[in-house]
Amino acid sequence: MRHLTKDELVLFYYREKGGVDRRQAEEHLQSCDLCRRELADLAQSLEAIESLPIPERDEKYGGEVWTRIRPRLAEGFGRRWSFVPPLRSWALAGSVAVLLVVAFWGGRLWQQRQTPTAAAIPAPARERILMVAIGDHLERAQMLLVEVMNQEAEGPVGVSQKKQLAQDLVQSNRLYRQTALRDGEPGVANVLDELERVLLYISHSPNEISADELASLQHQIESQGILFKVRVVELQVQDKQKRAGSHMPGTPL
Amino acid sequence: MLTTRAIFRLAFRMTGNEHDAEDMVQETFLRAYRALHKFESRADFGTWLYRVAINCSLDHLRRARRREEQPYSEGLPPKEESESLSSIPSGGPTPERLLLSVELKKKLDGAMAELSDRERAAFVMRHIDGCSIEEIGKAVGLRGTAAKNTVFRAVQKLREALQPMVNS
Repeated sequence: MRHLTKDELVLFYYREKGGVDRRQAEEHLQSCDLCRRELADLAQSLEAIESLPIPERDEKYGGEVWTRIRPRLAEGFGRRWSFVPPLRSWALAGSVAVLLVVAFWGGRLWQQRQTPTAAAIPAPARERILMVAIGDHLERAQMLLVEVMNQEAEGPVGVSQKKQLAQDLVQSNRLYRQTALRDGEPGVANVLDELERVLLYISHSPNEISADELASLQHQIESQGILFKVRVVELQVQDKQKRAGSHMPGTPL
Repeated sequence: MLTTRAIFRLAFRMTGNEHDAEDMVQETFLRAYRALHKFESRADFGTWLYRVAINCSLDHLRRARRREEQPYSEGLPPKEESESLSSIPSGGPTPERLLLSVELKKKLDGAMAELSDRERAAFVMRHIDGCSIEEIGKAVGLRGTAAKNTVFRAVQKLREALQPMVNS
């Protein structure tokens, strides 16, 4: 066989398709000092690049970046698409849903859903409470997702605390998702649906999961961009929450 | 797994300095936010975000070139200062090795500055992040053969620049 060209050596080094047949190249390299030396030189140069240090960032870095860009994201609201429906739309959502959310927020979901307490709350206050409740829910969900994504494991890892939090979040998530669907907001509903699958996976997990199971869960979160989307929705909810807070009675929202 | 830290590492490889890398990470997430409605739920978010980051870095490099800022060419040592890494025994971080690491970094920075924006992106994607030629082509907007040739050129340029230091 003829000598390998420089380009063929690069393809061979990176195990890329499209070069010479790999087996033939290996056989040639065994018998050809010149090509073997060329390949070794190439490898040495390329591996030297990898050895150069890169400044490290710790596990809080993702949150820090998000905090830094938040003000710039908020600037775009109103001009761009929005995950979260206009406040009035949420406010006009079925009264049962609002009652459920208000009651759930107070920690008395099933006992008080038929009581007149929530119905007696003025509409603007209901809207604010709803926004606070959703914001709180998304913040807790984010905390859980960040913890999962930052978890490193080589062997079995305990997840009982995460499981407990996921179980708490599943019920409220379902309510918000249903409300979003009812309001004709598929964007929000989709994000909450994706989040719910993760929450269900965690809540149904044993107290200890394997490193492979953890990696699979992390892949699910990462491949769908769930943390990113939840952060976006939470940010927009907060924005609306602020606007609801500054709303003066008698003026349209 | 494509975490924010991974995007920072990519950004650092592309820009060569921490400050620009930080800016690029933020810009990546801002762009992702603005383009999120274009993301198809069937696609892989990590792959999509990686492409956003590559495009961000290409734009960043173009802007930097337009401003005639050349961070990679600062402090380049004269060629005769180069010493072979292989002449120093491997092992712990001896002063000689640390010095050579600094020299190698300078040399690499200089060589990276000589690459075109696409060559730099293609090299980082292939060599650092292990992307296939096909993935590189899609991300930087090149057909298969052109993407392959871009990688070849980048590797040869870097090799020529680093070889005097790396090989005895």
